[in-house]
Amino acid sequence: MTNLLEVENLRVTFPTPRGDLDVVRGISFTLGRERLGIVGESGSGKSMTGRSILQLIRAPGRVTADKLVFDGIDLLKQSERQMRAIRGARISMVMQDPKFSLNPVMTIGEQIAEALLTHQKLPRREVNARMLAMLESVRIADPERVAKLYPHEVSGGMGQRVMIAMMLIPEPDLLIADEPTSALDVSVQAQVLDIIDELVKRKGMGLIFISHDLNLVSSYCDRILVMNTGEVVEECKAGELMAAKHPYTRGLIASIPRLDETRDELPVLDRSAWAKS
Amino acid sequence: MTALSLKNLDISYGDVQITHDVNLDIADGESFALVGESGSGKSTVLKAIAGLAPEWSGEITVLGSPRGHGIDRAFSRQCQMVFQDPYGSLHPRKTVDATLGEALTIHGIGDRNARIEEVMTSVGLDRKFRFRFPHQLSGGQRQRVAIARALMLKPKVLLLDEPTSALDVSVQAEILNLLKRLRREQNLTFLMVTHNLAVVSFLCDRLAVMRQGRIVEVADVADLKRGDLKEAYSRELMQISAAHAN
Repeated sequence: MTNLLEVENLRVTFPTPRGDLDVVRGISFTLGRERLGIVGESGSGKSMTGRSILQLIRAPGRVTADKLVFDGIDLLKQSERQMRAIRGARISMVMQDPKFSLNPVMTIGEQIAEALLTHQKLPRREVNARMLAMLESVRIADPERVAKLYPHEVSGGMGQRVMIAMMLIPEPDLLIADEPTSALDVSVQAQVLDIIDELVKRKGMGLIFISHDLNLVSSYCDRILVMNTGEVVEECKAGELMAAKHPYTRGLIASIPRLDETRDELPVLDRSAWAKS
Repeated sequence: MTALSLKNLDISYGDVQITHDVNLDIADGESFALVGESGSGKSTVLKAIAGLAPEWSGEITVLGSPRGHGIDRAFSRQCQMVFQDPYGSLHPRKTVDATLGEALTIHGIGDRNARIEEVMTSVGLDRKFRFRFPHQLSGGQRQRVAIARALMLKPKVLLLDEPTSALDVSVQAEILNLLKRLRREQNLTFLMVTHNLAVVSFLCDRLAVMRQGRIVEVADVADLKRGDLKEAYSRELMQISAAHAN
């Protein structure tokens, strides 16, 4: 299997008054046409990893890597103009919060069509048909009506599905989903992930699924990277997550309440256990 | 004794009726969960109780006294709400001290210093956070401030609107433990809205499943743990949650 994405010794650095701070500290991984999950708490650097692949880290932040290659293209050497051709068309990213990521003054239909028209020229009728089909495929019951609405007129769950529609309509090769479902409730969550899953499988896309939800990641990914304070502390197959060895991973797993919960108190991460290791 | 009782509650936003005929009785000291999908009206029920959705008909009774449609100070002392998103629910330009002290000023309660310190201690916030702004705190710390704010007037009933869904699992565990401890120590009654059935299983005694503005089932958490819910829709919700849990 050829690698879609190769990352070696990736660092993301932000200057602070007290010297440079590495938020991602030399991580390496490769991705084929598979589903890779990145889990960790807030501040573990998982979102920064996703953003650095798309070169979305703005100055004064700096991205350095020994290798950051997507499908034969060295992403670190691309100009801003060249990156724009890659973003959306080849690699796209579903952001965390639809409230801040959708354009508030454009209708949903226009925004989705724009994602398509930025990268290809198509007759208006076809754009419209594909936009409606895409909305339907993210299980929006009444696409004609929803296409005419503005983002503030739809619920968070629907907003997120709109964003997924927008990101998937140019049919990219790699989808980076940064907490795509943390704003949705369980029943919609499953639907949205099934949609992503189906498209990834059908098109043979690669998926990087960034989340803090271990259960979700283990049920929708093939491989998992566990991140803590900018480093990968553990890498394992999704099915073997429950047999994870690192104390951080084990702590995360233990802190999740279960449906048949009998514990009176949930174990809380003891951060001193690995901080010095 | 009944801490919170809802009778034939119909809530509307403008012309749209959100809930239909909601009836609930929550006993004193009980922890009760409202579960359902987005749009099922579960948060709207909390808003109506807290006075944030004033267009309702029916009866809302808290600790024996009925609630009117307007602002009610006596009611505020009995019943307070904690919101979902601690990034949005705290005033960005007010320090923790100002946020916590506001309720005391409104209600003309003195002894401000001691009461703020007492509440901060009880939610596990160090004193050094007292004069910080929300942006200087982590998500978990902010949610502790939001809970502390709700506890300032020493209410008996807490309305919790998805109190942990914006937090990491590790921080969620801390907040859930905190809520459980506070309830035990201060004999609080909880009405919690959530879509996470595992959280219900950890924190609650009973639950009601809502769908399209109606309560379809009220069950004991023991039934949930055994997987023994009766309605088809509740079972569906449960299966989705179970599928995620392994």
